[in-house]
Amino acid sequence: MSENLLEIKNLTVAYETDLETIRAVNNISFSLERGSTLGIVGETGAGKTTTALSILRLLPERTAKIKSGSILFKGENLLSCPESRMLKIRGARISMIFQDPMTALNPILTIEDQIGETLRFHNAENRPNAKIAAKVEETLEMVGIPASRKKDYPHQLSGGMKQRVVIAIALACEPELLIADEPTTALDVTIQAQVLAMIEELKTRLDTSMIMITHDLGVVAQTCDDVCVMYAGEVIEIGSAEDIFTAPAHHPYTVGLFGSLPNLKAETARLNPIAGLMPDPTDLPKGCKFSPRCPRRMDVCEEKEPAAFVNGTHSIYCHLF
Amino acid sequence: MSDTLVETKDLKKYFKVPAGFLHAVDGVDVKIDAGRTLGVVGESGCGKSTLGRTILRLTEPTGGAVFFEGANILEYDKKKMSVERCKMQIIFQDPYSSLNPRMSVQELIAEPLIVNKVYDKKTKVYNEVSKLMDIVGLAERLAGAYPHELDGGRRQRIGVARALALKPKFIVCDEPVSALDVSIQAQILNLLMDLQAEMGLTYMFITHDLSVVKHISNEIAVMYLGKCVERASSQELFTAPAHPYTQALLSAIPVPDIAMRKKKAEVLGGEVASPVNPPPGCRFAVRCPRVRSECIASDAPLKEISPGHFTNCILAKY
Ligand SMILES: Nc1ncnc2c1ncn2[C@@H]1O[C@H](COP(=O)(O)OP(=O)(O)OP(=O)(O)O)[C@@H](O)[C@H]1O
Ligand SMILES: Nc1ncnc2c1ncn2[C@@H]1O[C@H](COP(=O)(O)OP(=O)(O)OP(=O)(O)O)[C@@H](O)[C@H]1O
Ligand code: SF4
Ligand SMILES: [Mg+2]
Ligand SMILES: [Mg+2]
Repeated sequence: MSENLLEIKNLTVAYETDLETIRAVNNISFSLERGSTLGIVGETGAGKTTTALSILRLLPERTAKIKSGSILFKGENLLSCPESRMLKIRGARISMIFQDPMTALNPILTIEDQIGETLRFHNAENRPNAKIAAKVEETLEMVGIPASRKKDYPHQLSGGMKQRVVIAIALACEPELLIADEPTTALDVTIQAQVLAMIEELKTRLDTSMIMITHDLGVVAQTCDDVCVMYAGEVIEIGSAEDIFTAPAHHPYTVGLFGSLPNLKAETARLNPIAGLMPDPTDLPKGCKFSPRCPRRMDVCEEKEPAAFVNGTHSIYCHLF
Repeated sequence: MSDTLVETKDLKKYFKVPAGFLHAVDGVDVKIDAGRTLGVVGESGCGKSTLGRTILRLTEPTGGAVFFEGANILEYDKKKMSVERCKMQIIFQDPYSSLNPRMSVQELIAEPLIVNKVYDKKTKVYNEVSKLMDIVGLAERLAGAYPHELDGGRRQRIGVARALALKPKFIVCDEPVSALDVSIQAQILNLLMDLQAEMGLTYMFITHDLSVVKHISNEIAVMYLGKCVERASSQELFTAPAHPYTQALLSAIPVPDIAMRKKKAEVLGGEVASPVNPPPGCRFAVRCPRVRSECIASDAPLKEISPGHFTNCILAKY
């Protein structure tokens, strides 16, 4: 068995304002093995980004409150380490590709300066400037951008190239864990394929583990070893990619997600969307959070939170099982 | 055979930009039969929205012709066009920015009816509005709500109701589901298909999502840098794509099936070239794995390689 690089236990996060409490992440647990990729899927507002920001301790300080739980990174609880320690980890050992690639870059700095900045900040080996300049070029070439373009500003690059620069910055320090929050959503399919192939290759080369956040089940099927399905701030199903894509039993929400997708292979006259909407995170239903929309709801579902039904690597949180 | 409702001939739209002319739509021939759906796919910036907008004359074309019910609408004057435009509507991608935030749901749906003076009495307008809300599945109680109070799916339903208000024959759907979650997306796609079946609507459905386009279209046009590079029935395009770009596009779709994982997609190199003053020849040549010298010699027209299947790749054989 390989060891766990990251272990999240019972994490609960809320955004609190004077007016309301948004229960964004509710008691979630999962772990990530070294070298593997975990996909987090779920609709908008499911709590995916909040989970990622908790790992990096980048939640908005004023409103976001971590209510409970622990996040162990190689055995060290990130939630209790001082900010000075986090500064050493963030960007160097754990880095993140943010959801909005187009705003992640500074428009008034050349791409050379932006990559160099990260390297200089985490300059543990006290590399001289010349070494850093060489590393910038190497990193750019690694993501398929000719080093001759290092003096370019972000606006001179296409969307796909900008996203590759963002990835270059995230990988510059060769992190042990890469968190990619919808890294290809804004890209065209042929460019998305390029970027995904590149991430895959770099991951193997640098032996990086990854959390891939997306709502595209196609991307998950093609890139992830394990998959975690989130709904209303909870993990409702988790397992290996085989469990999620080929096992016969699933959470009704997962069934609904797959039923909503137009199928490229089969001819389907009508799609089967999930009726209704995600519940209001300030006023979550009792019992199973999916119960108001669930076609297979039973009385117990509205009363009691479902416990995990575990079958090997596959867990489903539903009273049906 | 059904009748052709919309047809473009050599339709062109060039934008004047500092560096020259940007060929957004560069000689496109498409044809849509009444009651059918033409899907238009292609990557960002290839000219899909511009094609839709020029067909409706929301932007004036640079050249070519647009036939609607057999007549070239580019010859119509302003007045005739504004009458004709009631029969042709558009639904936009972004339900957030295409709706006036200060108008309620009811006012938004009433607007096209009032602007076009369809009814003489207010009560008739509001009767029609509640009918439309019912058709698109918006609950009566939302009549007084404002767009920001609604989710993306409901906002898009307002867009659909506005487009339907003037009882059009033809609707350009410009990425109507791209900004929505999959389950909401499925609800809107079902709605559009139901409306088509009930009212005999004709759609031009613009999207970059190939599984959506396959699901909703009878025929598909693939665009690349302002050109239509391939056109075929939905079935034919997915089983026998002829243009190397279409082939690359189809193999780049991440399929939600782990059995396909081992089969590594052939990744296309390079980036989409600039549409400003493009050189002659196939627009895809710089990225094409099968390029030859003939490809860059001159522009090739669309040719029919099997009944109803057109492509402009010179390598495609009958
Ligand atoms: N800074 C914040 N202040 C208050 N509420 C927030 C904040 N950030 C997120 N939320 C709320 O927390 C919930 C979870 O949001 P989160 O961004 O984690 O979802 P997500 O799964 O990443 O969604 P998406 O797919 O849209 O990116 C949502 O209801 C969201 O509105
Ligand atoms: N008003 C304008 N002035 C100048 N150039 C324009 C204008 N409108 C569109 N373009 C250019 O025309 C080309 C085609 O744009 P269009 O919006 O039609 O593409 P699209 O296929 O709809 O792309 P997307 O998928 O991103 O919506 C692009 O290069 C775009 O930058
Ligand atoms: S616990 Fe009940 S309501 Fe929730 S998903 Fe399972 S069957 Fe549906
Ligand atoms: Mg997010
Ligand atoms: Mg567009």
